[in-house]
Amino acid sequence: MSDFFTLALLTAVLRMATPLLFASLGGLTSERSGVMNIGLEGMMLTGAFFAVAGTWWTSSAWLGLLVGVLASAVAALIHAIWSITFRGDQIVVGTAINLIAAGLSAFLVQTIWGKAGASDRVETLPNIASGVNILVPIAFVLVPVVHFFLFRTKQGLHIQAAGENPQAAESVGIDVTRYRYVAVIASGIFAGLGGAFLSIGDLSYFTLDMTAGRGFIALAAVIFGGWSPLGALGATLLFGAAQAVQIQAQATPGFPISSDLLVALPYIVTLIAITGLVRARTGPAGLGTHATTS
Amino acid sequence: MTDTASIPPPPLAIEMRDIVKRFPGVVANDGITLQVRQGEIHALLGENGAGKSTLMNILFGLHSPDEGHVFVNGKPADFSGPREAVHAGLGMVHQHFMLIPRFTVTENVILGAEGDVTLLDRAAAARRVAEIAHAYGLDIDPNARVEDISVGLQQRVEILRALYQGSKILILDEPTALLTPQEIEDLYGILDRLRADGGTIIFITHKLREVAAVSDRVTVIRRGKTIGTRDTRGTTAQELADMMVGRGVSLTVDRPPASPGETILEARHLQAKGDHGHAALDIELLELRRGEILGVCGVEGNGQGELVEVLSGLRGFTAGTLTIGGQDMKGRNPNGFRDAGLSYIPEDRHQRGLVLDFPLWENVLLGNTGHEPFARAGLIDSRKSQSITRGLMEEYDVRAPSPVTHARNLSGGNQQKLIIARELYRNPDVLLAIQPTRGLDVGAIEFVHRKLVEVRDSDKAVLLVSFDLDEILDLSDRIVVLYQGKITGVFLSGQVSRSELGLFMGGRTTDDADAIPTHN
Amino acid sequence: MRTRFQLTTSSLFGAFGSVAAVIVALLLGAVVISVAGSDPVEAYRALWDGAFVGRRSIGDTLIYTAPLILGGLAFAVAARAGMFNIGIEGQLVVGGFAAALVGAWDFGLPKVIYLPLALVVAAVAGGIWGFIPGFLRAKTGAHEVITTIMLNYLAFRLITYLVLKQDKYLPVSPNNLGTDKVVDAARLPRILDGTRLHAGILIALAAAVLLWFVLYHTTFGYNVRAVGLSRGASAYGGINWGTTIMIAMTLAGAFAGLAGAGESLGLHGRHYTTPPGYGFTSIAVGLVGRNNPLAIILSGLLFGALSAGAPSMQSADVSKEIVLVIQGLIILAVAALEVVRRLPTIRARMAKRTAARGAARSGA
Repeated sequence: MSDFFTLALLTAVLRMATPLLFASLGGLTSERSGVMNIGLEGMMLTGAFFAVAGTWWTSSAWLGLLVGVLASAVAALIHAIWSITFRGDQIVVGTAINLIAAGLSAFLVQTIWGKAGASDRVETLPNIASGVNILVPIAFVLVPVVHFFLFRTKQGLHIQAAGENPQAAESVGIDVTRYRYVAVIASGIFAGLGGAFLSIGDLSYFTLDMTAGRGFIALAAVIFGGWSPLGALGATLLFGAAQAVQIQAQATPGFPISSDLLVALPYIVTLIAITGLVRARTGPAGLGTHATTS
Repeated sequence: MTDTASIPPPPLAIEMRDIVKRFPGVVANDGITLQVRQGEIHALLGENGAGKSTLMNILFGLHSPDEGHVFVNGKPADFSGPREAVHAGLGMVHQHFMLIPRFTVTENVILGAEGDVTLLDRAAAARRVAEIAHAYGLDIDPNARVEDISVGLQQRVEILRALYQGSKILILDEPTALLTPQEIEDLYGILDRLRADGGTIIFITHKLREVAAVSDRVTVIRRGKTIGTRDTRGTTAQELADMMVGRGVSLTVDRPPASPGETILEARHLQAKGDHGHAALDIELLELRRGEILGVCGVEGNGQGELVEVLSGLRGFTAGTLTIGGQDMKGRNPNGFRDAGLSYIPEDRHQRGLVLDFPLWENVLLGNTGHEPFARAGLIDSRKSQSITRGLMEEYDVRAPSPVTHARNLSGGNQQKLIIARELYRNPDVLLAIQPTRGLDVGAIEFVHRKLVEVRDSDKAVLLVSFDLDEILDLSDRIVVLYQGKITGVFLSGQVSRSELGLFMGGRTTDDADAIPTHN
Repeated sequence: MRTRFQLTTSSLFGAFGSVAAVIVALLLGAVVISVAGSDPVEAYRALWDGAFVGRRSIGDTLIYTAPLILGGLAFAVAARAGMFNIGIEGQLVVGGFAAALVGAWDFGLPKVIYLPLALVVAAVAGGIWGFIPGFLRAKTGAHEVITTIMLNYLAFRLITYLVLKQDKYLPVSPNNLGTDKVVDAARLPRILDGTRLHAGILIALAAAVLLWFVLYHTTFGYNVRAVGLSRGASAYGGINWGTTIMIAMTLAGAFAGLAGAGESLGLHGRHYTTPPGYGFTSIAVGLVGRNNPLAIILSGLLFGALSAGAPSMQSADVSKEIVLVIQGLIILAVAALEVVRRLPTIRARMAKRTAARGAARSGA
């Protein structure tokens, strides 16, 4: 057991935390503006798929990344139109986004590569160290950036106002609708980065449902982290650690707990985290509500 | 002081000319004209629903008028939103404060008026806010969180915000609704100072007393029409009242003297906690007798909500005893209270009294599903329930097409009638009536008041909670004052003056009756 | 009774809206198919043939319809109580797995006892999986959207673990990636010759009628609907929110569990570890059926037909996953049409609120 806690484990924690971190930064941006984003999972999946497809079309992982992020931004735009302009139920809309992303990616895998289940292999984004993809440090750098934006800039204050009390924000001339659109689309971009990390950062291909609930775990991390970027960082590191331990344990001969059981660990940790600590936390007061005028 | 005959009046700060605004089914403004001079405090007087708020929303660009014109400082103004209105020098102090509780005072004040910056300099902004606050005697900590400060201070934040935005014309929408008498006095002082500084103030109210206390001129509107504008010193309360409600409408309740009987509800040493776990209620003794209307008055937020919830079984009490008809109510849920003979007209028709998306007959079922004739053995008798509902609609004049109409589609008055019908159908011994006339038109108010007196006269007990002192004085046989969760005074109706009650609502107790000088 | 069948304008609009949503979604799906280089007309004809032409096709459609009706009910009963149940898939596999274990153990019981026992176990197991998020929401406030998703994945992983690693103690078969075969005495009988159609569809129909009756004619159903529409008013009416949502979620899990039992005791004769993927489609079934149990029978049939016909589209060179896209589009279209329907109410409300804003001093 002594060589269980190794550099490899640490790298694995970072790797596992990265997609969650991207997605939860997106989730909290959206929720801070007052829009619940259950579609985060689908936006991640969209980003993951189109990053591979884009790389496959352009033969450049960087262009692929761009395609992936653009696609997830479009998914977010649809979410925004439905939940903000049409005032649809934000959970229903998010669920639709998730379904469409799952269906469309599976459909296109079949259509493009002619096989079910997975895409062909494509080029990946470069690593900056062994097992550490370039997107990993970008995710961590984004934490202070988002923090600074939300708490130190005028626009950040306006986003918070839109989420806390849209009527009050409108009464002082803040365009709640516009800020919410921006925040939701930003959340799509973040989620797309997270998805692209999975498909062309960590791996080099797309598989069906490769996000495996990470979008939802990221939402749990948003709540667990008290809707703050630093809190989300802590929460995603915890959830990432749960996944990394599970992977490490699988690779450790004689580990006492079955790996088939350990794969459930991240979900159990998430459940405990959200139920045990959610009491003390409250989200933006206007979450899920609509502005008065639009 | 000034001779208005020889000196021309100052130019107009605001002129709204023949404003018409229609909404589906309602003409909210039906040709309103309002002229506000620079440097005056101008009261806009009208009943609930007279069209005051719509008019101000038009002024602020939240609605555009269907007809008519708006001028600000003589220039045509057609704002497309609050931002433009603010830019033109208008500032609004909302009735429901438009504040963000989790933000600090400074953040709330600068919100939307940060200027052309990206980075926020909170420290500099806080200094500026403190300066302005100091200049106008608005004593406040710029770094306090709004959720932690009193309602009176929150209102100052709204005023500060308007001043910070550079507003010269300030509109206050029912600004005294949530204030204690002392806070109201402070507000008047602040408004005087703003006027002395050249500011123009529109003071929206439906209380004659406030018009007399604060304004220079007053414009009265009724049912969307301007009735007239008067110099405050040249008019009488009677004239304004007639203008406001129209002639021939008497709001006094025809009420024979009470003949109170046995005590039916009794609370002793009753304590309860509020939503955040703080001690919210500490009632030494509350007795309610058959054949009386007991009025509970007090400034909003002094434990009325908790008292009502405890008395209706929605909130448990932590100490003391509560009996209804001799039965101990400890640990009972709302239906247990109903079984003991209690009915309850809640304050909020939409959130509590009705399920708006249920048909009327299912709303009549609310609280009644546990017994016949509405239900038996867990099965609902919908035919019986509907026929009962039809009968109640007839008896209480609830105007709706049929029992299957959804409650949402009824007017406020008809919704309230339905609730009263449901609550009285149970033939209760005790009726809790909480703000029972809020937001109703004159006809519906009269109906509700008459019903409450009828209930009293059929030897039942009524507990009336209202923030409208006039309603309390008009209806109650006895009055208790609630202050910070305690009953600080008990009075017989007719033996206490309005100003005396006001003092108790502001914190005076029977013990130190002479300790606090009166403000009169 | 009369009232429930009265055709009010709003329910007419609802029915019309659902149909319109489906049409719009199918048209958009056709666009996707064309963009992907196939012929949508041919694809939809293949879809139709696969769903309705021939005894076998109809059997297949009804095979899919059964779990979708039950899943739709699992969504609807939770939604009526104001809960968004995305955990149907997890509740379904837990129920199906539990039923299969009971059925594969071979207790040697007669069918009249064994089959009902297995069904009850499925309902109870699914019910427990539904109760957990209901309980967590009521007691800790944890949002069911996240807890149910976590419980889905937890259910998949746990069942996989039990199947792969606990074959010493349980009647499971790691090689088949599932449980052992369910004995005949615990199988749902086939009800249409020449097809694999089993009695699950009858259970689904009975469940729909039962839920309709419960929702609209019992005090419990009244409580569920009141809680879902207004927490404040239901508390005022003496209805306990926490208890009601816990029971509603348990009931939802039980319906989903029965859907799983249909798969394991009816269709396959064992429970496989691969989740069947009915969970999200069930949400669409519930939404299109507007959470009305009787309408859910029809929307379940619609989605059953889509699912049954989907593989036939392969003959037109269209991957069957397009059906998932169409389902998502249907949800979006329903949501968009809901807006159109609400428009008059929204306008009237805004007008009223504005006209009387000075009036209502809203309480604390």
